[in-house]
Amino acid sequence: MSIIGNHISISKNRIFKNETLIFETDPKLSLKEFLKASWKNLNVKYPKFYKMDEISKLGMVAAEVLLMDEPHKAFSEEEIGVVLSNAHSTIVTDINHWDTVKNDDAFFPSPAVFVYTLPNIMIGEICIKHRLKGENAFLISREYDEAMILQHINLLMNQNKIKAAIGGWVDQWENDYLAEIFWVSST
Amino acid sequence: MKQVYFTGDNIISSLGFSSEKNFKRLLQGKTGIGKINDITLYPEPFIASMVDRNKIHTLLPDNSYSLLEKMLILSVEDALKNSSVDICSEKTIFILSTTKGNIDLLDKPTGTYNADKIYLWKLADTIVNHFGNRNKPRVISNACISGVLAINTAAMLLQNGIFDYAVVAGGDLISKFVLSGFMSFHSLSPNPCKPFDAHRDGLSLGEAAGTVILSVNQPEQKNNFIFAGGASANDANHISGPSRTGEGSYIAIKKALKEASINASEIEHISAHGTATPYNDDMESIALNRHHLSSVPVNSLKGFWGHTLGAAGIIETIALLHEMKKSTLIPTAGFSVPGTVEPLNIVAKPEEKEMNTCLKIASGFGGCNASLIIKKTAQ
Repeated sequence: MSIIGNHISISKNRIFKNETLIFETDPKLSLKEFLKASWKNLNVKYPKFYKMDEISKLGMVAAEVLLMDEPHKAFSEEEIGVVLSNAHSTIVTDINHWDTVKNDDAFFPSPAVFVYTLPNIMIGEICIKHRLKGENAFLISREYDEAMILQHINLLMNQNKIKAAIGGWVDQWENDYLAEIFWVSST
Repeated sequence: MKQVYFTGDNIISSLGFSSEKNFKRLLQGKTGIGKINDITLYPEPFIASMVDRNKIHTLLPDNSYSLLEKMLILSVEDALKNSSVDICSEKTIFILSTTKGNIDLLDKPTGTYNADKIYLWKLADTIVNHFGNRNKPRVISNACISGVLAINTAAMLLQNGIFDYAVVAGGDLISKFVLSGFMSFHSLSPNPCKPFDAHRDGLSLGEAAGTVILSVNQPEQKNNFIFAGGASANDANHISGPSRTGEGSYIAIKKALKEASINASEIEHISAHGTATPYNDDMESIALNRHHLSSVPVNSLKGFWGHTLGAAGIIETIALLHEMKKSTLIPTAGFSVPGTVEPLNIVAKPEEKEMNTCLKIASGFGGCNASLIIKKTAQ
């Protein structure tokens, strides 16, 4: 009923498209440095990228690689959904925000940080960059549950709400991260 | 596609601990927003709508549960009372809507609580374990549309026969984390918020929990309320500002109408998001006018409960259901002078109105928008 297209996997500072390694840096580089190098390597002119939090950047890099061959151009903006998931929501950014407000004598919250304390902001950033206006959903589960995400997307397709979607898992926690995203379409 | 019925609900908010109590207070036009003086939440006095936390702890004294967990458990318990759905059935799915869950625990010393409690999946696990439901819960965390999206997701699972019953609960707390963030955005009003008013100057925050129970079985009563359609859409415009054309909201409404197989002209009442920020309310006026809905009665309940984030879509949908049941429109607390860029018919005082088809809309950070349509059916 639906066809799964390309699959992008990012971990340990390596980006795989399907099973092919397409970019890597020294595994000792921080996530921030790795993401900056990845974006530069993709050669995209999009300065907004640099103001995002790390997990949104991770989602952006994964989506950029996924949509490189333009599978989304076969569909209208409203027909493409984004259904992502993770276990830790935006915990790293949450802690960054918390550190600026937990002490009354060092109280300097920043809206530029706070806005990223919602996991679906990453979906918003991907939708803005690639002009996607279909269904959105950010789901939280303890482990990566590809079947649950695919079910959500397939049901949306069954009900003719979307014809294609980006699905997957984009997670970041204390000292590590993982992105596994894929393209699904009805045709 | 199976028919999905609304069969039970509960609201726990500043206005009371049941849907009936809340509805009564809403009709009286009394706001639950007031001045709060609590330095553990914010260094200075602030305006918000808060639940009677002492009452929560009295009703459920087991302190292995966090405040939000207690609110959600009490809410689900009460909603189950007026529904015949068995929460332990393998045919029942639990869906949680929340933006920040137990984020207030960050303020407690580490080691005084289970560290996993900070994660939203753990919050959902705690609730299903309390009630003995063995299905893996779904958690929707999609900013301010989480509640509407959770109901839409539940309906989708039931319509397609994946489950027969859904318990959809939503909740969020007033916390230092959230208050300080909205303060830094300068998006909070110094007074109880004024949705759709010409002098609106920002939102009020609130805390609440709410639960709706959905079933594929038709309840034995004269009138029933069914989920007729729902959708979500992204503006693809800006992460913290709504679209100037109301694009995502317009699309979400259009798709819900399509699913419900109705025209916009059949909508008799709209429960809007109405946060009382200048941009949000203007955006909704534009989206609704693009559907030629300027003469249809619209209300926003943010002037009563404040913006309750993950609970908002749930409790506002419940209030809409009760408006339909009682054939009465709830006024928009805080509204007096029209002042949106496009005209709207804002409900200013309680009004009797027979309603068969109503629309709920919501929008949020990340450019997200959602909608759902409820229809009354006669047996």
